[in-house]
Amino acid sequence: MKKRIRRIVIDPAACKGCHICIDQCPQHVFDVSADRSPKGYAMPHPARVADCTACLTCELICPDLAVTVEVSEDAT
Amino acid sequence: MHPIGEKYLRKSALPTLFCPGCGHGTVLNAFLRAVDRMGIFERLGLVSGIGCSSWVPVFVDTDVIHALHGRALAVATGLKIANPGRTVVVFSGDGDCMGIGGNHLIHAARRNIDLTVLMLDNGIYGMTGGQVAPTTPTDAKTQTTPYGNPEPSFDACGLAAAAGATHVARYTVARPRALIQGIEAAIRHEGFSFVHVISQCPTQAGRYIYNLTRPAEHLRLIQERSIGARAAAKLTPEEREAKIVTGVLHESTGRPEFIRQLARVKEAAKA
Repeated sequence: MKKRIRRIVIDPAACKGCHICIDQCPQHVFDVSADRSPKGYAMPHPARVADCTACLTCELICPDLAVTVEVSEDAT
Repeated sequence: MHPIGEKYLRKSALPTLFCPGCGHGTVLNAFLRAVDRMGIFERLGLVSGIGCSSWVPVFVDTDVIHALHGRALAVATGLKIANPGRTVVVFSGDGDCMGIGGNHLIHAARRNIDLTVLMLDNGIYGMTGGQVAPTTPTDAKTQTTPYGNPEPSFDACGLAAAAGATHVARYTVARPRALIQGIEAAIRHEGFSFVHVISQCPTQAGRYIYNLTRPAEHLRLIQERSIGARAAAKLTPEEREAKIVTGVLHESTGRPEFIRQLARVKEAAKA
């Protein structure tokens, strides 16, 4: 069983643009997005989802529970 | 919003009032995960005092008492005595718990009442504008100590252990997995559990004490300074002074728990 990442979702209503996820990701999956959230924050953008190992550090450390790593566990 | 937030957070109170990058949000995140793992959400009773940290339970969609400044433990003691079936968790800040509420802390610890205290320590009075707190490091520049803090900071865990707490631990928000496990262990412990959580305050402590502008930098500073209790035992006292020693620092089982003691008194009075 290998974990497969489906996608990384950042909630624009919750994210405050602190960029802790960008800094803490061991695989450097995130970039700073050029788009602003409705509140005007520069949100993280999961640019390299293929590199994600589903360690869930971004999810666990996010102070606003804005990051969700969607994982599907299927046999590969 | 992460599914765990969807499940347990009070939607009408969102977004949280924490500044961008505040570590207290990470404690909320970790607390929800610990509660989810343990399946105790239905019997939670959360109590908090005043300060940034004391807003953490307000966002949890359960029974919450947002009490007076420093008096969270007094209110929590009453709640636990009146309703021993509740799992009572107290969220308190360093100012709330070490400053104005210090006396309540030592007496709750002395009684060894079955409460869990999460003391969220950002080393400064954040909400009121960055004044010096009992946990501010010596020589730190704050709004009220512009030439450096002349006082030594409080050893919160040492105080709790000396006063009689039977489970004393320290964690940082920079290691969320350890924090989740630590919160779980503290809640499971029967007796007074004191958990010292080191959290970043990018707005006040980060900017004025450490000269850091980005929350991620402040978090990294905490991460670099933190060390496990076992590894810290090998260091000299001077080396240890500069570190944040994490893990369970004190645990004892011999002392009787207060609610059980009260039950004995009730039986004696009836007889």
